Amino acid sequence: MMLSVSDLMISRGGIPVLEGLSFALGAGDVLVLRGPNGCGKTTLLRTLAGLQLPVSGRIDVASESLVYAAHADGIKTTLTVTENLRFWAQVFGQENIMPAIEAFHLAPLADRPAGALSAGQKRRLGLARLLVTGRAIWVLDEPTVSLDAEAVAMFATAVRTHVADGGAALIATHIDLGLREARLLDLEPYRARALATDDFDGSFL
Amino acid sequence: MNLNTLWEYANPKKFIQTTDRVLPWVAGLAALTLGAGLVWGFFFTPDDYRQGSTVKIIYLHVPSALMAINAWLMMLITSLVWIVRRHHVSALAARAAAPVGLVMTLIALLTGAIWGQPMWGTWWAWDPRLTSFLILFLFYLGYIALWAAIENDDTAADLTSILCLVGSVFALLSRYAVNFWNQGLHQGASLSVAPGERMAMTFKLPLYVSMAGFVLLFVALVLMRTRTEIRARRLRVLIARQRMEHA
Amino acid sequence: MRAGGGFGLGLSFFLIVVVLVPFSVGPQNALLAEIAPGVLWLGALLACLLSLDRIFALDWEDGSLDLLATSPLPMEAIVSVKALAHWLTTGLPLVLAAPVLGLLLSLPQEGYRWVIISLFLGTPALSVIGTFGAALTVGLKRGGLLLSLLVLPLYVPTLIFGAEVARRGAEGLAVTTPLLLLAGITCGTIALLPFASAAVLRVNLR
Repeated sequence: MMLSVSDLMISRGGIPVLEGLSFALGAGDVLVLRGPNGCGKTTLLRTLAGLQLPVSGRIDVASESLVYAAHADGIKTTLTVTENLRFWAQVFGQENIMPAIEAFHLAPLADRPAGALSAGQKRRLGLARLLVTGRAIWVLDEPTVSLDAEAVAMFATAVRTHVADGGAALIATHIDLGLREARLLDLEPYRARALATDDFDGSFL
Repeated sequence: MNLNTLWEYANPKKFIQTTDRVLPWVAGLAALTLGAGLVWGFFFTPDDYRQGSTVKIIYLHVPSALMAINAWLMMLITSLVWIVRRHHVSALAARAAAPVGLVMTLIALLTGAIWGQPMWGTWWAWDPRLTSFLILFLFYLGYIALWAAIENDDTAADLTSILCLVGSVFALLSRYAVNFWNQGLHQGASLSVAPGERMAMTFKLPLYVSMAGFVLLFVALVLMRTRTEIRARRLRVLIARQRMEHA
Repeated sequence: MRAGGGFGLGLSFFLIVVVLVPFSVGPQNALLAEIAPGVLWLGALLACLLSLDRIFALDWEDGSLDLLATSPLPMEAIVSVKALAHWLTTGLPLVLAAPVLGLLLSLPQEGYRWVIISLFLGTPALSVIGTFGAALTVGLKRGGLLLSLLVLPLYVPTLIFGAEVARRGAEGLAVTTPLLLLAGITCGTIALLPFASAAVLRVNLR
């Protein structure tokens, strides 16, 4: 298993949102997270990315194997498309940015400043960033926002290629990506019922 | 008493229960000692042969200055306890102590100015001691403002604790810097009054009593305010729960 | 990290402060010469303060800060590089502009060397301390004023020793002690403060 989560409980702003969550992700797996707004998808992904701590439970993942893509793309508007990708490649200690440019058809845009891109083009650049990190597990938060059908297909192809190479992807999304191999995980049954976030808030009562 | 029983008081409920019993005594004792110290100092000590009756402001000035520093020290310790042991009462006690410390600093500065007017002929001089207290005042302001600016309680506790640690180091640095700087301006020694030095017993005893009074007053105020903070925190937890039940 | 922008902002502010001083205290050259080292230090400090909220603001808004936090770079390295970038874009230009602005304030001849040296030694500390303040207030609405309130008392020792070096230098006195203390503060903050900045940044990204 590349990523395994057992009996996880997470909270947002001190209020528990998900509990008792367990799942595992192996090489070649695509797991799609479903659930209504506010059910804790983003919080779960941020927890897996290590940006916040779980209330309880275990997350087992090899260090430096995971890359996170949030709602915001992390694109510098004054840098060109190539410069943006090169920057992130350097941060992750990688060299080659060509596969990323090809996978998301960014070659015609390569020398344009990212600030001049449309929302959908920016998103494509944001997703291309995943390819330059060289990380095996993609943790994606609503990756298809503002993408057209053609770009969604590009993205699906990129995910398929990635998992075929032994990668894995965990995707929170509302739309159908056309990935037949993807497993669905509905978060609705894991919504937190417990009222106290931890023993200390309980001890205030 | 071993340490484990001490940590028990870090439980909010236990803290409220204990202080329920302790607080009236501390508050009463504070009122008594403070009243005794001030009345003794103001009305039953002779005037200083050099400074006249103006010297009597010392019974407010010195104890408040003492507590202004000790309040920050207490915040430093409680912040460390929060960082190391994550006891919520500790963080809330630091939060509760800050405004008290701020007021103590203000009293020390104001009484200093009122004392300085007849003695030095000026309300304010950039004397190292006064300057240090002005800087301490700024530290208190920043600390309180940071608490107020952050919504999430735990985030605020973490950030203010680190600010308190870093601030303590810089406050100490500032103290030495200010001493150095004032020397550089070739003033100070003639102006600075060293309280407590070569004071007669008749002045010393009431000063000690009012110092004890200020310590007790500080403890009573911090306990009271910590209880308020705990209750406010409890209120937020209850509101959050209610919101969740309706969600 | 270089796409921060606002390169000239601090510099323009420095210029404005220095230009306004003669209007407020009067044009007597002797008076200006006496206060010139202090005014230059104050102007540099305020210009530095003005640009602090930009250290993390853009990266916070476009999400790069989250992504950097999950990258292989340790947070301590990120805040150190951020402080370095701030110094290169704000502190260093201020150091270079100081002698020109010293002319406007009729800074004594011997003063130039020490104003430049003291600013060169002191402004890195201002950037590192400012980065700590910026990390504390990242993501806060109306964080700018709070940032100034938090950072100003932390700037006191650096300002005192820095301005003292410049003043003593301009008056032809010995500068060794304040110079060593200033260097000590700069080294100390560069070595230790990034750990605190990284810690508060982690808390703020939670």
